[in-house]
Amino acid sequence: MSRRRQDEIGARSHDGSFRAPARPWKSGALALRPRALAPAGFSPSSPQGLKALFFSLRNAALKGPLFHGALGAAVRILAVGSMLAVLVSHALAQVTFERLVNSAKEPQNWMTYSGDYSGKRFSALDQVNITNARTLVAKWVYQTATTGKLETSPLVVDGIMYATAQDDRAFALDARTGRPIWMYQRQIPSDIRPCCGHVNRGLAILGDKVFLGTLDAHLIALDAKTGAVVWDVVAADYRTGHSFTVAPLAVKNLVVIGISGGEYGVRGFIDAYDASTGERKWRFYTVPGPGEPGHESWEGDSWKVGGAPAWNTGTYDPATNQIFWPTGNPAPSNRGEGRAGDNLYSNSLLALNADTGKMNWYFQFTKHDEHDWDATQVPIMIDTAGKHLIAQADRNGFFYVLDRSTGKLISANEYGKTTWSDSKDAEGRPVAKKEASPTLEGHTVCPGALGTTNWFPPTYDPQTALFYVTARDQCDIFSTAPQPYEAGHAYYGSAYFPSEEAEPYRGFLKAIDPATGQVKWKFEHTSPTWSGVLSTAGGLVFSGDAEGNFIAFDAESGKPLWHFQMGGAVYAAPMAFAVDGKEYVAIAAGSAVYAFGLP
Amino acid sequence: MFRRWCLGFVGFVFLGIAARAAGSQNPLAGDAKAAKAGEYEFRINCALCHGLGARGGGRGPDLTRVVKKHAHSDSDMFQVISNGIAGTAMPANGTNGQGVGMTDEEIWQIVTYIRSQEVKAPAQALGNATHGKELFYGDANCSLCHMVEGKGGRLGPELTGVGGSRTRAAIIESVRDPSRRLAWGLTESTKEFPQEYLSVTVTTADGKQIKGVTLNEDSFSVQIMDMDEQIHLLEKSKLLSFSKSRDSAMPKYTVDTLSDKELEDIVAYLVSVGAK
Repeated sequence: MSRRRQDEIGARSHDGSFRAPARPWKSGALALRPRALAPAGFSPSSPQGLKALFFSLRNAALKGPLFHGALGAAVRILAVGSMLAVLVSHALAQVTFERLVNSAKEPQNWMTYSGDYSGKRFSALDQVNITNARTLVAKWVYQTATTGKLETSPLVVDGIMYATAQDDRAFALDARTGRPIWMYQRQIPSDIRPCCGHVNRGLAILGDKVFLGTLDAHLIALDAKTGAVVWDVVAADYRTGHSFTVAPLAVKNLVVIGISGGEYGVRGFIDAYDASTGERKWRFYTVPGPGEPGHESWEGDSWKVGGAPAWNTGTYDPATNQIFWPTGNPAPSNRGEGRAGDNLYSNSLLALNADTGKMNWYFQFTKHDEHDWDATQVPIMIDTAGKHLIAQADRNGFFYVLDRSTGKLISANEYGKTTWSDSKDAEGRPVAKKEASPTLEGHTVCPGALGTTNWFPPTYDPQTALFYVTARDQCDIFSTAPQPYEAGHAYYGSAYFPSEEAEPYRGFLKAIDPATGQVKWKFEHTSPTWSGVLSTAGGLVFSGDAEGNFIAFDAESGKPLWHFQMGGAVYAAPMAFAVDGKEYVAIAAGSAVYAFGLP
Repeated sequence: MFRRWCLGFVGFVFLGIAARAAGSQNPLAGDAKAAKAGEYEFRINCALCHGLGARGGGRGPDLTRVVKKHAHSDSDMFQVISNGIAGTAMPANGTNGQGVGMTDEEIWQIVTYIRSQEVKAPAQALGNATHGKELFYGDANCSLCHMVEGKGGRLGPELTGVGGSRTRAAIIESVRDPSRRLAWGLTESTKEFPQEYLSVTVTTADGKQIKGVTLNEDSFSVQIMDMDEQIHLLEKSKLLSFSKSRDSAMPKYTVDTLSDKELEDIVAYLVSVGAK
């Protein structure tokens, strides 16, 4: 790496907690990184430092003869001590809230949906890196023996992987071998009709339990060691279209979860349950009732069936005790007639007090949405130059950066093909053109109903200071199809079709610079994909494609460095972990979970 | 939410449910109100492939024809909607990721709607099927690339069933303007964009140029059938050049090369085969 390039990275990574490392693998042999010889450089408050310590010391222990004299001996002792400490302190330990807050101190584990509370989906592991990624091999495959798509994002804690599959299956695997430890499958009612497949996106873990939201709208606590049901509570009636597909988020002693059902005209909500007992501690209705602020943004009784579900996992800021949770489309999704107004808090990002569920602020990305552009994308907290930001690549085609203390918009920039807005309001928010509304005959609007992106999570790499997101360019013909509300029945008020005259859909992995909102590089897939994205300290970005490939990219340039054909399309997000000092990268494809590592 | 496309043949899961309902008559037969409700259900659940008005779309057959390959009776049609059709892009109800799936009542509404859209007295074929067959295998050169009932070429889509599933207008359009809409393949039947029938030209490492159509493609490899029906399995990173286009390998047949009358004869031939 050139000096100049190092400086660029260093200068661009203002986040004090994620100081850009010098990418040591580029400067010498892996086993003898400069840091291994300079332990004084480690900072216990720096996850980079600890991560490097972990691997460097492991390497030192394994390759002891390479070290000579007192320093080598000290390093070896430290290494053994550190490995033992890891074993003793974590192997049988419960997952406490403190561990979740300080997840950066244990980069070998992946304990929340996005890997940490900030939502970055960034792994501080760098054993797999741009110099050796081309040698990655499949280490194991776990077949879930289900049909349909897997949307799960696994957790790994102390050598055990926890993940989910179709029809509310949950399972624990030996993360080194993929061998199952336990399996759970819920008996779901035969008459459930979740909108978009019998999918589940993953678990939360806290204490000695994992938490599963089910398709029939229960929240279930399972014993992390056995998969046995500890408690089971009903959040809502599945017969009126309520369901859970989202991975819950554990915060303090609470399990936070958001409802699905925007296609059924549910009244959306976000719930928090006591992790020990299952008792509901608070509920925030994403559609305000009579007398509550925002209620006036709904016409007549439309609020009662207003949608605004909350079906993707939010993030949490321990510093301010705020949960940031995004919401989905107002119902009916593509027909605004009958629900005049902004339709708060649909398609919004909400900042809620974690203890009470009280809202501190909201930001609505798409007002009075008529195109099904749920804002249910993972919002990522970014700290830079003393600013506390939160960034979201929205389904409506714009990349938003907000001040996460106030919810004030800082910038909104197009990152894909859009035609629905040609102006911004005083705050800088893109405003919909009147003629973008669907008509009975139908007309073309970009992005299409699937959006520029969708639920599959993006990543933010503090080393490159870039935000990576899977995107598509697609336009649809939107037409209205008047539908009365009927409990438990689909409530879209619309239909949409691929625009025949339009170009074929195009799919990309895009690297966005949050400082400017500009796309720094993009990689065009053969066709659009539903894969999430992972970044790692190894200088890599991982994502999958619709043709079944898992791909490692150079995070700086977007050049693919390695790929593996998994034999099934990807509808899931990758994550990374380490066991016994060996780094793995895992992702679900087809109906299986794959783990990759160095030979 | 993200309904639509997405995939998976999970039909057998629903077999039990559908089997119970399938023996019954359509309880909504002829009910105009049910047909109207079915129209909206159709738009939401079916029109993506079968087109507005059920007249056929990019990959779904024209359903306004009275004679249907898979759905003679109403209960057959109910079965097809519930379970899908194995080996085709027709998915089982509720399994394609599009929409929430339909209740039995909603399926019957759609059946009622489709029946209401059928063209009761289809126009007599305008052309001469016998002459159409001669053209297909003769002067029009169709059979160089297309196969019908086991005879013909492999480069283009197999056309035995096309006359039974596509509208006359769709067949005419694909002859006059073949690039407007490339054929959907079945490599991955519910994939959003199958990589089939794209025109490709590559130069291999030894400088050889290959022209043909894609059988499949991903970011790293491509499977091509060349003009001589030879299959080439290629890694993109080892090619000197790779270009593809959505311009069909099939030439545009203008009225100068194929008159309207001749084209009607070919359509009549395809319809006669497709009706078998």
